Amino acid sequence: MAAITEPPRESFRPSMLIYDTRYRSLTIQVVFLFLFMAGAAWLVDNTIQNLQTLGKDFNYSFLGSRAGYDINQRLIEYTSDSTHGRAMLVGLLNTLLLAVVSCVTATVIGVIAGVLRLSKNWLVAGLMTVYVEMFRNIPTLLWILVFFAIMTESMPAPSAFRGDDPASSMVLFDTVAITNRGVYVPEPLFANSLGSIDIGIFLISTDLLAIIAVLLVGFYAHMRLLRHATKVQEATGDRPKTWWKSLLVLFGPLIVLLYLLGFHFGYPELSGFNFAGGTHIRNSFIAMWLALSIYTGAFIAENVRAGILAISRGQTEAAFALGLRPGRTMRLVILPQALRVIIPPLISQYLNITKNTSLALAVGYMDLRSTLGGITINQTGRELEGMLLMMLIYLAISLVISAGMNVYNNRVKLRER
Amino acid sequence: MSDTHAQTVAFVRDTMLPQKAPPLTETGAIKWMRENLFSGWLNSILTVLSLYFVFWVLSHVGPWFANTVWNAGSLAECREILAGTDGACFAVIRDRWHQLLYGFYPGHLYWRPNLTLLLMFVSLAPVLFTELPRKMLWFSVIYPALAYWLLWGGSIWGPVTALAGLAVGYVAYRVLQPVSSILGVIGAGVAPLIWWLTFSGPVAGLMQDAIPLSIEEVRSRDFGGFMLSIIIGVTGISLSLPMGILLALGRKSDMFLIKTVCVGFIEFIRGVPLITLLFTASLLLNYFLPPGTNFDLILRVVIMVTLFASAYMAEVIRGGLAALPKGQYEAADSLGLDYWKSMRLIILPQALKISIPGIVNTFIGLFKDTTLVVFIGLLDPIGLSNAIRADTNWNGIYWELFIFIGALFFIFCFSISRYSMYLERKLKTDHR
Repeated sequence: MAAITEPPRESFRPSMLIYDTRYRSLTIQVVFLFLFMAGAAWLVDNTIQNLQTLGKDFNYSFLGSRAGYDINQRLIEYTSDSTHGRAMLVGLLNTLLLAVVSCVTATVIGVIAGVLRLSKNWLVAGLMTVYVEMFRNIPTLLWILVFFAIMTESMPAPSAFRGDDPASSMVLFDTVAITNRGVYVPEPLFANSLGSIDIGIFLISTDLLAIIAVLLVGFYAHMRLLRHATKVQEATGDRPKTWWKSLLVLFGPLIVLLYLLGFHFGYPELSGFNFAGGTHIRNSFIAMWLALSIYTGAFIAENVRAGILAISRGQTEAAFALGLRPGRTMRLVILPQALRVIIPPLISQYLNITKNTSLALAVGYMDLRSTLGGITINQTGRELEGMLLMMLIYLAISLVISAGMNVYNNRVKLRER
Repeated sequence: MSDTHAQTVAFVRDTMLPQKAPPLTETGAIKWMRENLFSGWLNSILTVLSLYFVFWVLSHVGPWFANTVWNAGSLAECREILAGTDGACFAVIRDRWHQLLYGFYPGHLYWRPNLTLLLMFVSLAPVLFTELPRKMLWFSVIYPALAYWLLWGGSIWGPVTALAGLAVGYVAYRVLQPVSSILGVIGAGVAPLIWWLTFSGPVAGLMQDAIPLSIEEVRSRDFGGFMLSIIIGVTGISLSLPMGILLALGRKSDMFLIKTVCVGFIEFIRGVPLITLLFTASLLLNYFLPPGTNFDLILRVVIMVTLFASAYMAEVIRGGLAALPKGQYEAADSLGLDYWKSMRLIILPQALKISIPGIVNTFIGLFKDTTLVVFIGLLDPIGLSNAIRADTNWNGIYWELFIFIGALFFIFCFSISRYSMYLERKLKTDHR
């Protein structure tokens, strides 16, 4: 007779905290928490003591006081009488501007280079390999300095554009002047401007808002047209031609609006020792932009190449077997799968670009690090507060980008059993 | 019958014809060019454009390189020799190469960094090549202290007492382990700390008084150039690997608190630029440490770089851990191994092997990022190029310095990446 004996009820012994796996993790966590808190308390206590010896306190009131320094590139109104907080905002906007334009160009360069590197053309593939290896194996900072040196040392001075037989001339039908003081490009001007709206922190041009609104409406109408065409196709089997309607709704209203606003370009012209008119893009910005986009482009090229190679040849063959044309094979079968491989590393490259904008210090571009983390800290002596704030801002930008990546990853994740 | 047959078959060849040569367009260089360069109109356009580009670059850069001046004392002298023609002035490299490589390290002591580099390969060899005798690992253990002593000089007893801390830990483990294994582990961790914080300094002083053994001391601010980049890069990566492993394991741990702290640390470090961490090292570290603490800038930079790299390393290793099939974890559990044994014997060897490319990428990235120390006043190669340009003799020289520095970085990083590809192939055990 098999008697089922209950396991003896164990009473709790202290040694179980260590030897019983049920409780051990709890013990470890408590010890860890204790050590962690002790370490944190030690650091904070040291900081408080050090601040006391230096006679400093910890507050952010310096953000409201007068900055007293100039920023040469600003997207919003700023004078040396503005506050440190506003200087920080100007720097932040400069950082974001640089990051966004670099991301766009890096993507374009990277995709082209990645596709060309897979080309069957020996010469082209070889050149692209040289490009990728050269940029991947040499530090960003060196590239930034090289591009800055190219801009400041190898480009003609504005005086070279003077005279009847100038040593250098403007490019692109006499509209863009590339000088060693920066690049002068035509600026968009509105004869009948609608003025600007003050939204508290800065002014927004109403013209710009109107253009964006018209573009959005046009895009919405375009999507409606496409949806309608699909509906007609499903009902009748014939897809109505939409391309001219799309062109009309996308660009028609825009052209009318630009005409009404009196849109024209202001061209740069040589006056005195320098160019006047047009938009002045500084060398520091150009150097950062070129260096970051070409450098990161090399990394993106590798991601793109890996993504395309990751799609097995069977997928193309299967699509062909279904009777899809090559264009549709690419659009409907290959790209959706390749993008799943390409996009996550692409977004981490965007993160890298954003973080690398902080190297702007090397060429004197006034980004967040040079305003808040540079001059403001030096002037006010608030390095602890300034550094913490700056880290938090960078962290926030990075977290926003990673959050975007996670949303994308979850959307395209393969649904497996 | 045979007659008719003979008539229907008028001719039967009984010998093979010799093979004809293929058509001219299907052989040799022409075929290769047709297939590889001009296979379609798009390809032809691309080829012509690339050829033009190569020609354009060569026609601009070629003469500049061809007219290189190697012997001159200053940029002005170079220009005099060139007499108006366009040419490079690599005389600056000939004049200053030792600075770009060693910074302001005293010239008669160059053998010390050289020897350190050589010994580094010796100490790495048993780690990388398992065929070598295991006894060589003892050298790898003492190498860090030896390298420190060789580079910075001074009394030998400092590094020796620091190493003795490891022995103290081992003794504590041996003594306490019979009592309780947990106590042994704790003792092995705490005893060396006590030794380093209290005893090692006085003991080193005493030993130095008793047996003075020292070589010429070199101060940290004389360090520079590629030597500095390599010191920071190699130390950072070798310290960040174990830290990265711990962080990755922590991030995958079931314990909520440990996981949270690891995730927080990794995401924080990965979210801020390295340059802000370096500024923290130079400006803020003094705030966080007990009043009066002041230590070497290079050491602070190494600490920050290590923290930075370990976060990236953790992510790379986490990728390796995630790539392992779940069956491996279950197999380890079913063998009855405890957590550390299953990690050490089953999971990590495989996960680390998968992560080799990522680890090497992190290393290359870190090595390139060592150039950022120029912002906090250390003289890495880029900082030295500025210093050289500040000299009136070489004021205004850019390209030659950039090319030299770029070429050195390229050679270093490129050869490491090729080596990692070799390693990957060598360690590959699956048959795909």
